[in-house]
Amino acid sequence: MSILAISDLHIDLRTSDGPRPIVGGIDLVLEKGRIHGLAGESGSGKTMTALAILGLLPDSMTATGSIALTREGSTTELLGAPRQVLAGIRGRRVAMVFQDPSTSLHPQISVGRQLTDHMRHHLKVGKQDARARAIQLLERVSVPDPAGALKKFPHQFSGGQRQRIAIAVALACDPDVLLADEPTTALDVTVQAGVLQLLRGLVDDIGLSVLLVTHDLGVMSAVADEVTVMRAGVIVESAPRHQLFTAPQHEYTRSLLAALPGSTLEESPDVLVQELLGAPTGAAPSPATADAEGDE
Amino acid sequence: MTLPTVTTDEIDPTRLRWRRPRLRLGRWSAPLGIAGAAVALLWILVAIFAPLIEPHDPLAQNLAILQAPGHGTFMGTDELGRDVFSRVLSGASVTIPLSLLLVVMSVLIGAVLGSIAGFFGRWVDELIMRITDLVMAFPTVILAMVIAAALGASLLNAVLAALIVSWPSYARLTRGLVLGLRQSNYVVSGQLLGFSALKSLWRDIAPNILGPILVLASLDIGTAILLLSGLSFLGLGAKPPTAEWGSMVSDAVQNFDSWWLGLFPGLAILTVVVAFNFIGDALRDALDPKSNTLRGGGLTL
Amino acid sequence: MTDQPVLSTTDVVVEYRGRPPLRAVDGVSLAIGAGEVVALVGESGCGKSSLARAVIGIEKRASGSVRFDSSDVPVLGIRRRPREFTGMQMVFQDPNSSLNPRRRVGDQIGDGVSAALARGEAGSDPADWLERVGLDAKAARSYPHEFSGGQKQRIAIARALAARPRMLVADEPISALDASTQTSVAALMRTLCLDAGAGMLFISHDLSVVRRIADRTLVMYRGRIVEAGDTETIWQDPMHPYTEALLAAIPVPDGAGRLPVTPDDEDRLSWTELIPEALERTAE
Repeated sequence: MSILAISDLHIDLRTSDGPRPIVGGIDLVLEKGRIHGLAGESGSGKTMTALAILGLLPDSMTATGSIALTREGSTTELLGAPRQVLAGIRGRRVAMVFQDPSTSLHPQISVGRQLTDHMRHHLKVGKQDARARAIQLLERVSVPDPAGALKKFPHQFSGGQRQRIAIAVALACDPDVLLADEPTTALDVTVQAGVLQLLRGLVDDIGLSVLLVTHDLGVMSAVADEVTVMRAGVIVESAPRHQLFTAPQHEYTRSLLAALPGSTLEESPDVLVQELLGAPTGAAPSPATADAEGDE
Repeated sequence: MTLPTVTTDEIDPTRLRWRRPRLRLGRWSAPLGIAGAAVALLWILVAIFAPLIEPHDPLAQNLAILQAPGHGTFMGTDELGRDVFSRVLSGASVTIPLSLLLVVMSVLIGAVLGSIAGFFGRWVDELIMRITDLVMAFPTVILAMVIAAALGASLLNAVLAALIVSWPSYARLTRGLVLGLRQSNYVVSGQLLGFSALKSLWRDIAPNILGPILVLASLDIGTAILLLSGLSFLGLGAKPPTAEWGSMVSDAVQNFDSWWLGLFPGLAILTVVVAFNFIGDALRDALDPKSNTLRGGGLTL
Repeated sequence: MTDQPVLSTTDVVVEYRGRPPLRAVDGVSLAIGAGEVVALVGESGCGKSSLARAVIGIEKRASGSVRFDSSDVPVLGIRRRPREFTGMQMVFQDPNSSLNPRRRVGDQIGDGVSAALARGEAGSDPADWLERVGLDAKAARSYPHEFSGGQKQRIAIARALAARPRMLVADEPISALDASTQTSVAALMRTLCLDAGAGMLFISHDLSVVRRIADRTLVMYRGRIVEAGDTETIWQDPMHPYTEALLAAIPVPDGAGRLPVTPDDEDRLSWTELIPEALERTAE
């Protein structure tokens, strides 16, 4: 059952030289209780897509198309929705987790307050109830000593724990959809393993739906159910996870997989160097590329 | 600490949204900057060509005393029968070059000391900063007055006094800027390649701190003019009969009824100071890489 | 690999001020020969960056020795770096701060060339270096801001290598690059170093990339080396529990939907033990 449906989404950046397309018409469906991975390199438009869902695009960007959130039969159009509607959606129905754990939490507000303020605003619960719920949430995300953690501040936790707390804050009001933008990229691999386990657990246990935006194909392979690959603002391939990795259809997908160090397509360092120095998939290396999408 | 792996090619939405709080000028800073530059240029030309354009000898006391503007003179005459207009023009050739000299010297002394302090650190930094603190602890104008009075009233001594009180702020600023860049990877790379301290400072650090220093300097020209005029006003600078705006205003105090005596030199000071302030503001906005006003990308200096 | 290591350290300790002082590097000894690529891997906070900085002389050592060609490596200070030590170069993690924004790229590579010449080594043309790292020779006249992050990093590599170093210390050089180019840039660094007969100390948290380019690997945990030796041997058959945990936590991009192994608290306790045999893993 579809819970979030993106249709014909276009995002343009207003520049002095006219509008510059960032996302050029994409369709994507997030099924309930599934993790949908949105993969791509930097400049592919994947992050902007996620931001568009919650109306978080900067003023210099315009978005057209449709982003429909469906729950309990009724559908809400998110794109271009009035501020009141979005305010009711953000944090309550659709929540977001960002890449950098050190900037996603307010450094000067206690963890407890960051959780409970949120809850009390959206859910209208009393102080005691909110506190109990906050402790539950911290237990759910495996933060040690939840009661004690409420009084602490973000800087007193490690990067991995901060990311877990950020997930707890995102889950505080029981959202239907969680948008995660590179949630584990800044974490150590052993810490990442724990956070991925947490995400998968949340989806399996409480039926959370997750749109996971990341460039890391290893992460995709570990937790995503469906994977959509973007390049330069358009979708090049979208398939169930197993199929995408074992039988990629599009040349770009194949090149992404081949570039992985751990990929099954073995290439010696010399071949890789030749690719780098020659003209690999994409533009030849040249200096003045103002809109360079990633590297080559 | 590991950096996040998203490269800078990804457009950062928060950076696009947050606009630097605009001060009073906002998008007017560019046209005002140009206007300021025009006025400043005009005054500089006046300063250079004053002897050629002044209708009367600024020191000659041969006109009717205390005549209001209009009767043959543009700005009237003073209590000794001198043409105010000519004296205002001549005053430009005194005030402007000296103020510019003052700022240039302050910047040089302050920047050199600040660079040494910031680059070498440790006891060198301590020593230079304590001296800077010491000088800065005194109220600027009063200290300048004391020094000028001690050295004897003359325009050159006034400049010297002003110099002594002006260099510390540049030293502070420069030190901060140098400290900010000192540990940058490219500076360290230079050292690993065998750069001497001088080479590091000259090649790697100086070009990258020039901007803020230049902005401060241009905004400071107005302060320099006021300081020198102020000292002259107090009798600690230009000696009579030299035509200097500050001392002209001071003399005007005695003849309050003759409004033209104080107004015109005062207006001269005002227009020059404001002109340089506008230039400074425009420069600051142009060099601010986050500013969307002038060129979005900023000047490369 | 020649007999005499180009770089060797003995019991290096790096401490930071605090109560108690933080021991970032707790007695590390290593040796790297010419033409050898040695990787130093570990997670954040293990001390690998501190070790790299101590090795090249940016950071002060509390104790222990670091020798480059049997001379003690001096710490960078007020004095100019002695000429012979410009044979040791570094590539940093952040490509955006590795180049002087106000100087042309070709000139900056030229600084590397000058350093080589000053040591009596062969000169070279910056434009050549640009081509060797896969950029256009005409790029020499451009300024850093005209390039992407990955391109800037390659320019930084070119500058370091133009100085004809015998040892290149690379501190997480690919971490800030696009995932698709990380492996190729790492491979490029290996190739260029080997061509020059230089040794490379390659620091990374990414074991997968390291496997492709390093002859030997050192695994670091909490300031100590816990496993060291031939890369492939360690990869196939990790001996130390931390190495095992590190390898098991890497998500494999095979589409199987398998979650990587999350270490639990008991596992973490076992990571601090030292296993002497794990420090000399040799190829079978």
